[in-house]
Amino acid sequence: MLEARNLTYMFYGYSAAFLILLGYVISLAMRERQLRGELDRVRRMVQDAGKK
Amino acid sequence: MTSSTRDRFIYTLAVICAALLVWDFYKIFMVLPDEANQGAIYRIVYVHVPSIFTGFTGFFVALVASGMYLGTKNLKYDAFAAAVTEVALAFATIVLATGMIWGRIAWGVWWAWDARLTTMLVCWLIYWGYVMLRRAIEEPTQRARLSAVVSIFGCADILIVWKSIEWWRTQHPAPVLSMRDGGGMAPGMEAPIYWNWLAMMCLATIFVLVRMRQEETSREIDSLRRLAHSY
Repeated sequence: MLEARNLTYMFYGYSAAFLILLGYVISLAMRERQLRGELDRVRRMVQDAGKK
Repeated sequence: MTSSTRDRFIYTLAVICAALLVWDFYKIFMVLPDEANQGAIYRIVYVHVPSIFTGFTGFFVALVASGMYLGTKNLKYDAFAAAVTEVALAFATIVLATGMIWGRIAWGVWWAWDARLTTMLVCWLIYWGYVMLRRAIEEPTQRARLSAVVSIFGCADILIVWKSIEWWRTQHPAPVLSMRDGGGMAPGMEAPIYWNWLAMMCLATIFVLVRMRQEETSREIDSLRRLAHSY
């Protein structure tokens, strides 16, 4: 009984670590996407301003 | 470092990190026996301790970068300190989460207000404050200066966290690693902690490199905006 509980909590521990890292990776990916979109938008803005 | 060199470096680090983790997890789950008193739950130490080593290494590197910013006023150091701190904070979060889960089994409670846990929580809050501060201040030089001060302040707390189990009687286990003259673990059980630390350092370096690229993109966006407004 105690051993099964130990195993369960060990699983929780490793899962928590994995989920925190996964959450951070997702936040990095979302920021990357947002920055790339913003960069494209600003580049177009500069090109348009240059043509005028 | 050029973009393609950095990408190659990131992929190389990712392969090394994956190989180390596979090897370590094989050792931890398939080779090492359960600990005599704690059973299987002691294996949390292989995530908990390498995470705090990685986190504290990051906070220390951020301290050096912050000091270099204050000395040179070069914003590249500030961007580097911000990237490293954010990554170190992710690992510090793992430390608190895994520590609480281990404590639930070992002590029967999720949290105890003892010196080690409380100082670590304060450390975590200080660095969250660092991240919040950066989001709150728009002006780059003011943001960099105040962030550097908070980074130096936070690093002072790290010394207290590190020494707390020697300075006060705490519920947290006394040092067990041979590097701190603990000697409470068999060498075969201790080695995977350091290998996992190496793997986590590789992972942290990947995250920092990605964050640095994002900081460069942000600077490029700012300079393009200035250019667009100058027409």
